[in-house]
Amino acid sequence: MEINTSNAIQDTLHQAKGDVGSDWIMHHILDSHQLDFAPFGSIQLPHLSLFGFDISITKHVVFLWIVAILLLITFKIAASAYKKSRIPHGFANFIEVLIVFVRDEIAKPTIGKGYEKFLPYLLTVFFFILFSNFIGLIPNGATVTSNISVTTTLAILSFIAVQAGGMMKNGVFGYFKGLIPSGVPAWLLPIMFIVEILGLFTKPFALAIRLFANMTAGHIVIFALIGLIFFMKTYFVAPVSVAFALFIYLLEILVALIQAYIFTMLSSLFIGMAVHQDH
Amino acid sequence: MAKIINLAFLAFSGGESSGGLLDVNPGLIFWVVITFVLLLILLKKIAWGPILNSLNERESFIKDSLDKAEKAQNDAEKLLEENKANLAKAEDEAQKIIEQGREYSEKLKAQLLEETKSITQKMISEATSEIERKNREAFNNLKEEVADIAINAAEKIIRTTLDKEKQTKLINDYLKDLNKN
Repeated sequence: MEINTSNAIQDTLHQAKGDVGSDWIMHHILDSHQLDFAPFGSIQLPHLSLFGFDISITKHVVFLWIVAILLLITFKIAASAYKKSRIPHGFANFIEVLIVFVRDEIAKPTIGKGYEKFLPYLLTVFFFILFSNFIGLIPNGATVTSNISVTTTLAILSFIAVQAGGMMKNGVFGYFKGLIPSGVPAWLLPIMFIVEILGLFTKPFALAIRLFANMTAGHIVIFALIGLIFFMKTYFVAPVSVAFALFIYLLEILVALIQAYIFTMLSSLFIGMAVHQDH
Repeated sequence: MAKIINLAFLAFSGGESSGGLLDVNPGLIFWVVITFVLLLILLKKIAWGPILNSLNERESFIKDSLDKAEKAQNDAEKLLEENKANLAKAEDEAQKIIEQGREYSEKLKAQLLEETKSITQKMISEATSEIERKNREAFNNLKEEVADIAINAAEKIIRTTLDKEKQTKLINDYLKDLNKN
């Protein structure tokens, strides 16, 4: 009986959307169990489960691994250039510019003293997001960072880094004591404590939503613009659609860079705030 | 109760069986955590460690080199200053030595001149006295000779004219005259 009701509602909702729904857009945005190689068809991915959990290798998992492998290859090449000479040329030099940027423009000013401990995490996050964002811009590629699960996980890792950093520097008790700004009246303390604890969790939440929304929105707009051609069933809208889609695409290149920067910057800023609580 | 939650979920997700935009998939989170942590460890070992190390090394090398260059320049400047001072000192010394030499030679010249003058004076006076002495000697010789000649002459005269008294008187007179002269 229950199943019947569910199915009925599901069917109704599908019907309500009509034939020209937005399913095809969602198909490109959302995770799925198949890898698309349009126009050559697609590959079905296997279902896996561990202790009752569904740990299937989905499309986003595959792209996650592609990003990881690309990162490893890229930085292996870059690092090996340093063995040959003190000052590498070309590719390694370009990578060095980005690394120095993360170090000198993000980690150093926001964390200050003791930034070296967090630098590996910040660099990994920066390049992971950067590569994911760009992989998503390649046709048939999936944007791992447009999946809320991925961004949430990254935000949780940042949250852990922030808390660990704060507690290592100030001690567990000192860290929680330091959350409340000094000079607050005693009767405000319970409220301040709740607000500050909430503040701890809103920061990573904002991180996750920001990255997810930015990376999803651009793709949806591109798909929607291209979709106009098929909705209107006319060729005349094609030049407009393509022009706008191209513009959004270029914008997305910018967004891909900016979001990687912002996520790293804010993570670093939160770490800095947790480590140096006095200001 | 479970039925209502299920229905609410369906309504929220738009009835899509594959999950909505905001659905959190635990399996994916699992894979992301594993992948990311592995990636972090591997990259730290492969890339961040060596790259950041060599960056730091290079920065300290550049800093050291700059410091060294600055120090070397300072040293060189100091050395140059010292050399200049030494040169000036040496020049002064040389000037002094030249001056001293000139003074000494001047003195020597004056002294020599003085000595020469005195010696010449002495020689002249000696010569004068010698000449005088010789003169006197010659005069005495001459006197004796003349006396001899006179005696001889007297003898001859005596021999010829023996007017002795007259003669002696004459000779005495003559001698007196001679003495006077």
